[in-house]
Amino acid sequence: MSLSRVWALMTRHLYLLRGSWPRLLELAYWPMVQMILWGFITQFFMTHSNWVAQAAGVLIAAVLLWDVLFRAQLGVSVSFLEEMWSRNLGHLFVAPLRPVEFLAALMGMSLVRTTIGLLPAVLVAIPLYHFNLFSLGLPLIAFFANLLVMGWVIGIAVSALILRYGLGAESFAWVAVFALAPISGIYYPVATLPAWLQPLALSLPSTHVFEGMRAVLFQDAFPVVHFVAAIALNAILFVVAATAFLIAFQRARTLGKLLQMGE
Amino acid sequence: MSADQASSALSVVNLTKVYGTDIAVDRLTFDVRRGQTLALLGGNGAGKTTTLSMLLGLLTPTSGSIEVLGEDMIRHRFRVLGRMNFSSPYVDVPHRLTVRQNLLVYARLYSVPHPHRRVAELAEDLDLVAFLDRATGSLSAGQRTRVALAKALVNRPDLLLLDEPTASLDPDTGDWVRSYLETYRAATGATILLASHNMGEVERLADDVVMLRRGRLVDRGTPADLIARYGRTSLEEVFLDIARAKDASTDPAP
Repeated sequence: MSLSRVWALMTRHLYLLRGSWPRLLELAYWPMVQMILWGFITQFFMTHSNWVAQAAGVLIAAVLLWDVLFRAQLGVSVSFLEEMWSRNLGHLFVAPLRPVEFLAALMGMSLVRTTIGLLPAVLVAIPLYHFNLFSLGLPLIAFFANLLVMGWVIGIAVSALILRYGLGAESFAWVAVFALAPISGIYYPVATLPAWLQPLALSLPSTHVFEGMRAVLFQDAFPVVHFVAAIALNAILFVVAATAFLIAFQRARTLGKLLQMGE
Repeated sequence: MSADQASSALSVVNLTKVYGTDIAVDRLTFDVRRGQTLALLGGNGAGKTTTLSMLLGLLTPTSGSIEVLGEDMIRHRFRVLGRMNFSSPYVDVPHRLTVRQNLLVYARLYSVPHPHRRVAELAEDLDLVAFLDRATGSLSAGQRTRVALAKALVNRPDLLLLDEPTASLDPDTGDWVRSYLETYRAATGATILLASHNMGEVERLADDVVMLRRGRLVDRGTPADLIARYGRTSLEEVFLDIARAKDASTDPAP
């Protein structure tokens, strides 16, 4: 793998972001709106819910961490879609750019887009609701990293789907992650779910992250078991998603889609 | 390796691409000597773009072999892709990036040393200086063609594949592009593979012509040879003879 080629492709997307303030604004807009909304909901529940009152930031932390997952997934999918929309895949893959370098660049852009999108909301939450996400301390790095990787996994899987079935599958880029929201235990413990659904929930790295987040906020303890489970599940899912992408790529080469794909 | 193979920039043997029951390219065999310009000629659906796609590694052949600059393109394409490049009016570079940004991205993808210097050279050579910092999508067709050519030359390729390089250009711009390609080849000794519908262009640029019909090689020769062999006065007339011929009279040349 050549890091200079990964960086070359990242600069293509950085130029695109740098040249368009609406794109930058769009990245930060939704996390900010979500944070403000859930901040007010938290203020309401502080006086009506004993559970929320025990850990004032639990809902805001949850919404911000959920957005890490969502932004990370969009960061991969939208960067991939940009190449489809601009019909650029043909040029990219006649260059000596390997598919794994292509994926690495998409993941790099995902990190950039997630940071740009979330940092304003995280910072504004401090004066607005007296909640500092950084007060989670070192566990925040573990939560962020696991959600970032899970976002990459979903983004890569969606990109594989689009590569295989064309832009008709584009809408998955915007909605796929929401199918996991109800069982990820973002705003409630996984024990809330029906017993038959809990094993499925616990097969997602995100569920372990949100369980871990609540353990830090309510018990001031870092649950190593959840952390290890999230890493292991992410590792398995990452291999599956990357393999699916590489298979879809080979299939696109067999069917001659790389030159044709676009709007 | 034989002397012939050593002097070949590109060697294609029994190249075949089948989609379901459709044979897009059928046992195509030809080679291109280093420094030569070879034109692929054929009507719509003759298999030119499919062939180019396979030569570029974008499309996996059903069978056959491709050797580019001494490397097996099917097994080891990454060894040689950095020494090739490609331009087509049907595959644009991103419209929202400026010309400079696009060329810098591709210079870095091809690991070109001193990418800013290389982009400045290309801008000078291809008369792009005035619009280097304009969005590529805002340029005229002629300007975009020059940008596409600059992208194709950014890595100083030893093998340049061009799909209809002057399509939709006015005669003046088309002539300018052809002159530039002649100059580039003379200066660098690069090999050029050209797919075109412009017979004047092919007569001017190509040393050798491969005529395709329904995915099969039906004839091959220099433009002058083909014109003489078919008893015609221009390559366009030869093209029409071949394109309109019945299957029975267009078996592949031995």
